[in-house]
Amino acid sequence: MNIKKEPTIRLQEIQTNRLNQKLYIFGGLALLLILCSFFSDYLTPYDPYLQDLSLAKAPPSSEHLLGTDRYGRDMLSRVIAGSKTSIFSTLLLVGFIATFGSLVGIICARVGKTFDTVLMRTADMFLAFPGLVFALAVAAVLGGGVHNAIFALAAISWPKYARLARSQTLAIESMPFIQAAKMAGSGPIKLIRTHILPNITGPILVTAMLDIGTMMMELAGLSFLGLGAKPPIPEWGSMMSDTRNLLPTQPWVTLAPGFAIFLSVMIFNLLGDTVRDYLDPKNRR
Amino acid sequence: MHYTLQRFLQLIPILFGITFLSFLLMYLAGSDAVTEMYSNRGVEVAQEIINERKAKLGLDLPFFQQYLNWLWNMLHGNMGISYVTGEEVLSAFLRKLPATLMLTALSVLLTAVISLPCGILAAVRHDKPTDLFLRFLSFMGNAMPNFFVAMLLMEFLGIQLGILPVISGGVDFESALMPTMTLSIAMSAKYLRQVRSAVLEELNKDYVQGARARGISERVILWKNVMKASMLTIMTLLALSIGSLLGGTAIIESIFMWDGVGKMAVDAINMRDYPVIQAYVMWMALIYVGVNLVADLLYHHLDPRIRLGVSSK
Amino acid sequence: MSELIRYEQVDISYKGQRIVHNINFSLNEGEIMGIVGESGSGKSSLLRAALKLLGRDGLVTRGDIYYKGQDLPDLSQKEMRRISGSEIGMIFQHAGGSFCPIRRVGEQLQEMMEAHGYLDKQENEQHACELLAKFGFDSPKRIIGSYPFELSGGMQQRVAVAAAMLLRPKLLLADEPTSALDVTVQKQVIEEMLLAREVFGTAIILVTHNMGVVKAMADKMLVMHQGEAVEQGMTSSIMKSPSSPYTKKLLAAMPKLRR
Repeated sequence: MNIKKEPTIRLQEIQTNRLNQKLYIFGGLALLLILCSFFSDYLTPYDPYLQDLSLAKAPPSSEHLLGTDRYGRDMLSRVIAGSKTSIFSTLLLVGFIATFGSLVGIICARVGKTFDTVLMRTADMFLAFPGLVFALAVAAVLGGGVHNAIFALAAISWPKYARLARSQTLAIESMPFIQAAKMAGSGPIKLIRTHILPNITGPILVTAMLDIGTMMMELAGLSFLGLGAKPPIPEWGSMMSDTRNLLPTQPWVTLAPGFAIFLSVMIFNLLGDTVRDYLDPKNRR
Repeated sequence: MHYTLQRFLQLIPILFGITFLSFLLMYLAGSDAVTEMYSNRGVEVAQEIINERKAKLGLDLPFFQQYLNWLWNMLHGNMGISYVTGEEVLSAFLRKLPATLMLTALSVLLTAVISLPCGILAAVRHDKPTDLFLRFLSFMGNAMPNFFVAMLLMEFLGIQLGILPVISGGVDFESALMPTMTLSIAMSAKYLRQVRSAVLEELNKDYVQGARARGISERVILWKNVMKASMLTIMTLLALSIGSLLGGTAIIESIFMWDGVGKMAVDAINMRDYPVIQAYVMWMALIYVGVNLVADLLYHHLDPRIRLGVSSK
Repeated sequence: MSELIRYEQVDISYKGQRIVHNINFSLNEGEIMGIVGESGSGKSSLLRAALKLLGRDGLVTRGDIYYKGQDLPDLSQKEMRRISGSEIGMIFQHAGGSFCPIRRVGEQLQEMMEAHGYLDKQENEQHACELLAKFGFDSPKRIIGSYPFELSGGMQQRVAVAAAMLLRPKLLLADEPTSALDVTVQKQVIEEMLLAREVFGTAIILVTHNMGVVKAMADKMLVMHQGEAVEQGMTSSIMKSPSSPYTKKLLAAMPKLRR
C-alpha cells in the first residue's frame, strides 16, 4: 500500500489530575475553620457578650465590620464565637453517629440472627420518619439546649451508618480472603481489626464528611426553632432567629450568621466531595 | 400483585414502629403531662387532684397497657385534646393539613419544573460550561439552610424590591409564593444533582452506544430511550424527596406564618403541647411512608422488567 | 473488487494515553478481516473509532480512516449518523446491552429505519420480519414484540446481527460477537454472519480473542499486541507460518478440536 501523505494530527486536551491539589486546598480551609472554632476566644475583636447600648444597631463600620446587634454587641465577634458552638457540636455529632452507627452495623453483621433482625428493624423505625420531624419531637421532649439537640439529631442519624456498615461488612465477609483468614485461624476481633475495619472505613468516612454540612444545617435549624443553643450563647441558627425582626432595618445582623453557616457548609461539602473522588478507585491512575 | 401484598406486609412492623416511637416519646415527656396541662392553663392544683386526673386518663397503668389504650383510641380517631386550646387534636390537625399539603404540592411542582430540565441539560452537557454552571448553582443551594434562604428571599424580594408579601396574609396563592420558593430552592439543589446523575448513568449504558451505531439521532436517544428508562428513577427520587420537604415545612411555615401543621407543631413545641406534637410526628411519618409506598408500587408497576416477572441481571 | 475502508497510520488515545499506535490496513468489498489480540490490546477501540463511538475520553489523535473516500474521524455528527447503521453496521459483545432494555425490539428497529428515512411503519415491519425469517427465525413477529430481556443471550446476539443487517450495510463491524456465548450458539452466530456476506456481499471486520473464530471466518487477519500491529496478512498463510513470536504464542494456545 502506498502511504502518500502525512497523517492527520488531531488534538486532545490533556486531562491533569488535580485531585491532590483540591484535597490540600479544601482540607486546609476546613482545618482553618476548625482551628477558628477551637481558638475563637482569642480571635474575637470584642467580647461577644459585651453589651453597649450606645452602640446598638450600628451599621457595619471599620470598627465593627459587621455592625452591632440591638444590645450593641459586636456582630463579627458573635459570628466568630458562634463557630465554637456550631462547628464543634457538628463535628462531635458526626463523629459520634459515625462511630456508634458503624459499630452497631458491624456487630449486627457479625452476630446475625435475632440480634441483627431486632436492631435493623429498630433502624427502619427511625428511618420511617421524614427529615427533621422526629428530631424536632425528641428535642421538644428533652426541652432544648445544645446537648439535647445533638442527641435528637444523633437519634435520627445513626441508622444510616448502621445500615452502611452492615452491608459493607457483609459484602466483605463474603469475599474469599476473609474465608481464607478464618481458616487460617483469625479470631473475630482480629478479623474485624485487620480485615473488616480497613475495608469499610472509606465509605463511612465519605458519608461522614458529606454529612458534616447537612448536620450543621440541621443543628442550626433546631437552634433557629429555639430547640438548640439558647441566647445569649452565640450560635448561628439561634442568632438568626433572635434577630429576625431586625431584617427590615439591619439586614446585616440577621444575614451575617447565615453567611457563616453557608460558607462553612460549603467548605465541608467541597472537602467531602473531594475525599469521595479521591477514594474512588476509578480516579486512581 | 404478589409484590404489592409483600410490600403491604412489610408495612406492618413499620407502622408499629411509628406508633410505638410516637407514643414512647410522649410517654417519656408526659410523666407529668397533667401538671403541664394545669400549669399551661395557669391553674395551681393540689397533688391529689393531679393523681386523680392521671388515674382517670389511665396514666398510672403499666406502660404497654397505656400504649395499647392509646393505639385503640387513635384508631377510633381520638388523638387526645390539646393542652393549650382544649380542642380535639385530630380535628385541629386535619383543619391545618390542607395548607401544608398545598405548600408541599406547590414546592414539589416548582422543584420539578426547575430541576428536571436543568438536570437533564447538565447531564447532556456533561463537563461542559453549562453543566459546570448548573452544578455550581446546585452546590450553592445545597449549602444554604432553608431558613437562611427564607431570610434572603424576605430581604431581597420582600423588603428591597417589595414584590412579594413578607408574612403570609392567609392561605392563598400570593402568600404561598415565598415559602414555596424557599422550599423549592433547597430541594431543587438536591434534586437537580439526582436527576443529572440518573440521566448520566443511563447515558453511559451500552445501549446508547448501540443506538448511536444504528444511526439514531441524539434527540431520539435522549427523549425516547434514555428519559424513558431513567424516568422511573427520577420519579421515585422525587417522591422520596417529599420526605425531606415535609420535615422542612415546620421551620418555613413558622417563619412565614403559614398556617399549616408545621407551624402548629412549632407552636406546640414552644407551649409543650404534647398531644399536638405527637399527632404531628405520627401523621408526618404516616404520610411519608404512604408516599414512599405509592412511589415504590408505581415503580414496580411501570418497569416492564419487573412487571413481566423477569429479573434483570 | 474495490476498496471499502482503509486505516492509515491510526493512533487512538484514551484520557491522554495512547492505546493504539500506527495501524494500517485496508479491506475490500465482501472481505472478512479478523483482528485478534488479548483484551486491552486496543482492538475494540479500533472498531469504535470508525463510528466515532470512543466516548468523550477517547479520540483518534493521528491518522485517517477512509470509508469510500470520506475521512471518518473528520465527519460531523450528522454525517456520521447518516452512515451509521445504513452504510456501516455494528454488533457488540453483549447484544442485549445494545438495545434499550425497557422498549420492545420492534420499536427500536422501527426507530432505526425511521432515522434513515424509511417512514412507512407497515412496510418497515414487513421488511424486518422478512429479514429475520431470512436469518432463520421461526416466528419473527414474536421477536419483534419482545423486550430484549425476554430473549436468551444467544437469541439477542442473533437478533443483533440481523438488526445490523437491516439496512444492508456494506460493512459490518463486529466487536467480540461470540465471546459471551455458548459454543453451540457461537456456531450459529458465525454462520449467520457468513450468511450476511453470502446474501448481501457485506464486508466484515471482526474483533475477537478467539483464533478459532478467525480461522473459521476471516480472509485476512491482523494481530495486535499492546496497541500495535505485530503481524498482518492472509489468514491461511499466517496460520501456517506465523512470523511474530506473539502470533505463535496465540496459535499455540488455540484449542485444536474444532469442526
